[in-house]
Amino acid sequence: MIVEAGWYMALAGALFLIGALGLLLRRNALVMFMCIELMLNAVNLTLVSAGRALNDINGQVAVFFILVVAAAEVVVGLAIIVAIFRLRATASVDELSELRG
Amino acid sequence: MVEPILFVVMAIGALAGAVTVVAARNPVYSAMGLLGTLFSVAVLYVLQLAHLVAAVQVIVYAGAVMTLFLFVIMLIGVDQSETRDERLPYQRAFVGGLAGLIVLFAGALTIFGNFDWVPAATGTIPEATNGTIQAVAQPMFTDWVLAFEATALLLTIAAAGAIALAHHRRRRA
Repeated sequence: MIVEAGWYMALAGALFLIGALGLLLRRNALVMFMCIELMLNAVNLTLVSAGRALNDINGQVAVFFILVVAAAEVVVGLAIIVAIFRLRATASVDELSELRG
Repeated sequence: MVEPILFVVMAIGALAGAVTVVAARNPVYSAMGLLGTLFSVAVLYVLQLAHLVAAVQVIVYAGAVMTLFLFVIMLIGVDQSETRDERLPYQRAFVGGLAGLIVLFAGALTIFGNFDWVPAATGTIPEATNGTIQAVAQPMFTDWVLAFEATALLLTIAAAGAIALAHHRRRRA
């Protein structure tokens, strides 16, 4: 007995929704970043389950590449957050308005 | 019978972790919730025979990325005084409407579409998607070798960029 791909898709959709809501509702840049990771994981889950349902290994290859890109993104993003914190001593995105024209 | 039971348990774990990420006041709790979600999703990968992806998920995400997150939380301090007042007008209403719309869409898909927009798995163990290292590496180093080289370049650039960002202030100060 197996779980059909649709249930994995439903779980991934719920995870993506929670991540998107967190990204819109929270102010702490670190927590917003974690919400982005949550959404990336939801997409990875859909790729793996779609790959299994379609009997195609390339779904897992795509997940592998997304993991690499996410790791690079975390490195640069956290470096930017630390650099901003050194300038402004805050991690709240509402306090940052340097780029306002 | 193993897959449905494990799926339900791990789905509850993943959702609980995700809610913790969004709802927790303390960023450390958020990080722990994310860790729980990552492990649950790794188990879901194993359930779907994606062994290599599950291992990479635990090693790279739960290991390296979460360590980085906790280090940065430690560096910039646990800021619990996050203001909850809204500066952008109507954003709360917009978010609520968006969430309701997506839930409605998912509900309609569950009831009417019955999730058959992806051809369902057949019930036998699919040989092609048994994600051993060899099975994943074969297309990666033949069909996707250009993408593989591009990610290598991307990682180098990201590492150099992180070092440049960390160095910048110290030189000026």
